[in-house]
Amino acid sequence: MTCKDFLKELTDYLDGAIDTRTRSELEEHLLWCPNCHVICDTTKQTIQIYRDAQPYELPESLRTRLQKAILSKCKCVTPAKLKAKRKRARAKSK
Amino acid sequence: MNSPETVKYVNPVTLETIQSSKVEPGDELALVRAAKSGDISAFEQLVKRYDRNIFRLAQHITQNREDAEDVVQEAFLKAYTHLNGFQEQSKFYTWLVRIAVNESLMKLRRRRADKTVSLDQEIEGEENSMPREVNDWRPNPEQVYNQAEMNQILTKTIGGLPGGFRTVFVLRDVEGLSTEETAEALQLSVPAVKSRLLRARLQLRERLSKYFQKTKVSEAKA
Repeated sequence: MTCKDFLKELTDYLDGAIDTRTRSELEEHLLWCPNCHVICDTTKQTIQIYRDAQPYELPESLRTRLQKAILSKCKCVTPAKLKAKRKRARAKSK
Repeated sequence: MNSPETVKYVNPVTLETIQSSKVEPGDELALVRAAKSGDISAFEQLVKRYDRNIFRLAQHITQNREDAEDVVQEAFLKAYTHLNGFQEQSKFYTWLVRIAVNESLMKLRRRRADKTVSLDQEIEGEENSMPREVNDWRPNPEQVYNQAEMNQILTKTIGGLPGGFRTVFVLRDVEGLSTEETAEALQLSVPAVKSRLLRARLQLRERLSKYFQKTKVSEAKA
């Protein structure tokens, strides 16, 4: 297996979406290729860092405000009102 | 954030454990059906369950906080008004994500006054994803920077990715959608999602290496 082959399979390998034979070949490659070992390891860290850090958290005050806004708008478009609106639109088009 | 002791990177292990599902599917479907029949409190539960995710997703795509706030409101409102069109063949969240991605792209188009923005924009050639930096990172790179610095680095780094790569990375690796769910939400093929995910991961790794690699950390921080 070449380094290029290894990179092609890296995503499936990290996601555990790979058959046992290919997995063994990849892990054997990792044993003797320090560059691929570093790439694999630091790619895994990249994913983990983003998963853990989540830089875009929604502040609770803003969250409450958004929820209120969403629900107040939803109350203006209840299914009954939507049905009536669609009925009016159909009647108008006839 | 996890303590450094809880994250080991020495041996290659899979990421299966961090791709866990967030909700009980049956429970979610019951809420969706109640909301369809006009139960606003059921829809409120769905909003509370997913508003953080949609905000994060929208901010990642639009790279703008105000736009992300608008997307949250518009995506949920659109979901509510079109709830009867949701066929229940996929998870509600996947359907909601598709709406939120479309709303986010509309925001980008308006902001850039450019009608051509799509997930395919700025997709670079394969060679741009090939690793160039192969220096190892120092142990526990998160400890080198404080929280604010770290958030700035992560925001800047992911913001530099082409939109099509960034969106796939966020859905798969930050929000934890499966490859199939990501493909469905973005209306891409599974091979296209896998290809973009690989390139996104490699480009992010390359960009983060500037800050985290053993030999250059002090220079990068300075």
